[in-house]
Amino acid sequence: MTSLAPADAKASRVQLDFPILRKPTSRGRRLVYLDSAATSQKPQAVIDALVRYYSEYNANIHRGVYEIAELATEAFEEARAKVARFVNAAHPAEIVWTRNATEAINLVSHSWGLEHLHPGDAIVATQLEHHSNLVPWQLLAKRTGAELRFIPVDERGVHVLDNLDRLLDGAKLLALSHVSNTLGTIAPLERLVDAAHRAGALVLVDGAQSVPHFSVDVRALDLDFMAVSGHKMLGPTGIGFLYGKRTLLEAMPPFLTGGDMIRSVAYTQTDFNQIPWKFEAGTSNVADAIGLGAAIDYLNELGMDWVRAHEVRLTAYALERLVELAERGLAVYGPPGAEPRAGVISFNLGDIHAHDLASILDTDGICIRAGHHCTMPLMERMGWPATARASFYIYNTEADVDALIESLQKAAKIFKLA
Amino acid sequence: MDDFYKEYILDHYRQPRNFGSLEGATAVAEDLNPLCGDRIRFEFKVDPNGVVEDVRFSGRGCAISQASASMLSETLRGMKLADVARLDKQTVLDNVGIGISPARLKCVMLGLKVAKSAALGEIAGWPEEEQST
Repeated sequence: MTSLAPADAKASRVQLDFPILRKPTSRGRRLVYLDSAATSQKPQAVIDALVRYYSEYNANIHRGVYEIAELATEAFEEARAKVARFVNAAHPAEIVWTRNATEAINLVSHSWGLEHLHPGDAIVATQLEHHSNLVPWQLLAKRTGAELRFIPVDERGVHVLDNLDRLLDGAKLLALSHVSNTLGTIAPLERLVDAAHRAGALVLVDGAQSVPHFSVDVRALDLDFMAVSGHKMLGPTGIGFLYGKRTLLEAMPPFLTGGDMIRSVAYTQTDFNQIPWKFEAGTSNVADAIGLGAAIDYLNELGMDWVRAHEVRLTAYALERLVELAERGLAVYGPPGAEPRAGVISFNLGDIHAHDLASILDTDGICIRAGHHCTMPLMERMGWPATARASFYIYNTEADVDALIESLQKAAKIFKLA
Repeated sequence: MDDFYKEYILDHYRQPRNFGSLEGATAVAEDLNPLCGDRIRFEFKVDPNGVVEDVRFSGRGCAISQASASMLSETLRGMKLADVARLDKQTVLDNVGIGISPARLKCVMLGLKVAKSAALGEIAGWPEEEQST
């Protein structure tokens, strides 16, 4: 369509670092991966870090006195320090390893939530929440007698803040996604955090869709907790983290218990370890933590400002090209334009169900997500049975968008849309 | 997979047969495919001999789930309920006539699952001696 802009040339070079993107599909097509909001692909550097750990210094951490155990412990804790620097935490002790964002949220709801919520208190979320930042609060509300409230969104999926102070009245916690995984909406965090703190509530941010895509500074934003999944930011599956302010984490009781999270144990009594290890029971996911550290190195090398600029440019290009399908009944959802959203575009084409669309695109090697995106209440509120979703990351190029448009045209033809 | 979207599939998707609800239905079942959000409901009117006299289905979802249920509804009319309960996947695959990828098998089989569940639920309510018929 257009000549290769410099930013796209960089993305084309980035593609070469991802072995999966060089492997043709079973139909011999180039893999066009537009589902990074579900999980990102992994660069060779991350795969190598895993292989190196397992083949050169695999050992349990925090206990061995021999060389490879020390190497493993050092690499594991260095990865934690990389995460801390990446989100600008004050100290690595504020980073607790979890399996993913979901587990991080559950940690807070069990450890902090059960201690601090009482009948009459409120937990405030938004109508955009992923099930992972909704179901834990539903259960917590049920167990503590607290009330669960929702900041509404408009038809474009943009937060409506008219009644914010009333919604936050009596709230102990504001739990919200930084970026909507379904619509890409970026939450106005400065305003929301300020209002929540003035109301006396803590703020937990689900950063699963933001931290991989632009620079997030937990101290500048004054977040109390943030939950993140490693696999959406080039890291392996099974590793994620919770950021928590030191004073909060220190005051919280343990979540999972067992080995490694203790200082000393007698038959009837245990002294717990200090943070962050107090929250890391049992042998940790050493390899994948180290892999996530390598992913962060890779992102830092690219620069998060470039990552964001690239995604905005690509999203703008996709939105512009999708207009070509308007006459065939294409509906694009989410905030207007590319700036107020992350690289996520939800849409429907005529009366083609999103799953049929995804199946047709699949035959062209194009991976998109279809369905409710783990946001069933949002889909219900919007009146959409399902949507198709394309999401972008560092390795996507305008050629990927062109392939998407071409395949959508083909689907329109198969379904005989006017 | 794109071969799946044949003219007759799209025809059943856009003009589903036996679509709606049935007054005086005697056997009813409904289910959904939580992965996709496909939803199907089958309603049968069963005559005293245990034969499906009339059938309606309703629901929403992808072309595969809806067309498959629509074609199945045509198969079911006039069948003995006991035979409906014994229908196998091949019947549905023969109906749609094309290979289905594993990821979409749940879509194509949802109608069958619901129809069998309606039949089994009704049979379970019969006196014991008739259940084997």
